[in-house]
Amino acid sequence: MTQLALVIDLNVCVGCSACVTSCKEWNTSSEGGKGMVDKNPYGKDPTGTFFNRVQTFEVGEYPNVETVHFPKSCLHCEDPPCVPVCPTGASYKRKEDGIVLVDYDKCIGCKYCSWACPYGAREIDEQQKVMKKCTLCVDRIYDTTLREDRRKPACVLACPTSARLFGDVHDPASEVSIAINERGGYQLMPEWGTRPANHYLPRHKVKSQVTEESLNRIDNPLKKEEQRAPASNDLPSLDDFLF
Amino acid sequence: MHPAFSVIFLTTLIGAGQGLFLALYTGQVYNTFGVVGEPVPVDMYITGTVIVTLLMGLGLFASFFHLGRPERAWRSATKWRTSWLAREVIVLPAFAGAAVIWGALQYFGLDPVLVTTDALQIKLSLVIGFGAGVLALLLYICTGMIYAAIKFIQEWASPLTIINYILLGLASGFSLAVALAAYYGSPLVDAYALWALVFTLIGFLTRMLALRRNGRIKRKSTACTAIGVRHPKITQISQGAMGGSFNTREFFHHKTPQFLHTIKVFFLIMAFVVPFTLLVIGWSNHLFVLLVAAALVQYVGLLAERWFFFAQANHPQNLYYQAT
Repeated sequence: MTQLALVIDLNVCVGCSACVTSCKEWNTSSEGGKGMVDKNPYGKDPTGTFFNRVQTFEVGEYPNVETVHFPKSCLHCEDPPCVPVCPTGASYKRKEDGIVLVDYDKCIGCKYCSWACPYGAREIDEQQKVMKKCTLCVDRIYDTTLREDRRKPACVLACPTSARLFGDVHDPASEVSIAINERGGYQLMPEWGTRPANHYLPRHKVKSQVTEESLNRIDNPLKKEEQRAPASNDLPSLDDFLF
Repeated sequence: MHPAFSVIFLTTLIGAGQGLFLALYTGQVYNTFGVVGEPVPVDMYITGTVIVTLLMGLGLFASFFHLGRPERAWRSATKWRTSWLAREVIVLPAFAGAAVIWGALQYFGLDPVLVTTDALQIKLSLVIGFGAGVLALLLYICTGMIYAAIKFIQEWASPLTIINYILLGLASGFSLAVALAAYYGSPLVDAYALWALVFTLIGFLTRMLALRRNGRIKRKSTACTAIGVRHPKITQISQGAMGGSFNTREFFHHKTPQFLHTIKVFFLIMAFVVPFTLLVIGWSNHLFVLLVAAALVQYVGLLAERWFFFAQANHPQNLYYQAT
């Protein structure tokens, strides 16, 4: 069983929103995308459909504060609560790769699935009046006309810090599984039993301990000369033996 | 949640429709088994059925405004195995159809006696009415479960949600039936008024219980579990969209806590206290106008109740939109 997913590294995400714009670009202009509408893009209250957003949180209080940039898209849950509630069967989870998709031709736009998603990953497209969400770029990851290393979701390719990994989380040898295992990958809101396929890698602070001894070693060979025996005028010096 | 008027009208209108039908059928059962001596004017059943059909039709009409693509609404019955919404979509027309057949049998006088015992005559409409009554109760359960089945909207995920949909629907339906029976001078007024008072009273108690429960909910999801960072102080400083999004519109009521509190007090008075009082006075003094007023006031109260039901529900996705 394959379960494709993203693994997002919060340790290196800088919140540049390149994943947001590349997602919007690909899913608006690609053949299968059908567009993600923007309402009032240059007006007072611009709004539109996005599959992916980067949010920013502040953790702690000054001076002990840190900023967490948090990209959020559909998590492609292994037990997706949005699928069984759909009255038409437009929402479904693909058996072959575990991607949760919406059939835009069957969706009636009742928004019940968005109520049933605790993560707020689904949005209604104000133009097509159907629910939309991240497709993991299903129209490009299997496109054999693309070079093999380009068959990845647009957001993954766009990320300048490689904060987004893509792969099969059920394959223990995959890059994503290894990252989850070795770096403590976790799921969002585990309390609801949705088992999100997407994982997040936690912030990881690198601290090095520098002690006085490691800077000024007692047996520092560079300082050997300073440790000469005390000189005395009564004793012959090295100069006395020369000449 | 954002209270959508389409859904508010849908749930209150069909709730009253189901309740009214159950009241009419109760009248027929009482007549058949001799609980209420004099036969009821058949006109009351026919007018009643017309009102039931009208309420169901209006409710269905309102529900279409909730859909983005109403022309595809026929598809919404397909996933009845998993979706309570699909089940409601099937049971709603099934109930309305059965209720129409029940009324039509009496209108056309095509009501053959199926079984005759010493004093009883079991007519065809009594059997059909039973089926329609079961469907009416099923429809209450379907409507309630649509909300109660979403486990992470903790205000809704409780048996009280279903109980309240049943009791408040019955209360409004029987209140309507009291006015209808009074108009036709039916001897059923007493029975209807008694049931309307009982349902209003129990509905008040269970709704208060639900309010009490919802006031003390311990949230399972926190900002910590939402983003997976363990710290008591997490503040959102950007939510990924400056001009708002579907997430900031669909899941918030955008009203002040004071407004919410006012609506709560308003619906408790209008849906329970005022109609209860009007019913008691109208019933004991045979004042038809007060009985009609009781039904109308209760309906307005239930509109407010339903608005509050949606507004009070706090969706966990709001943790990602704290700045709203």
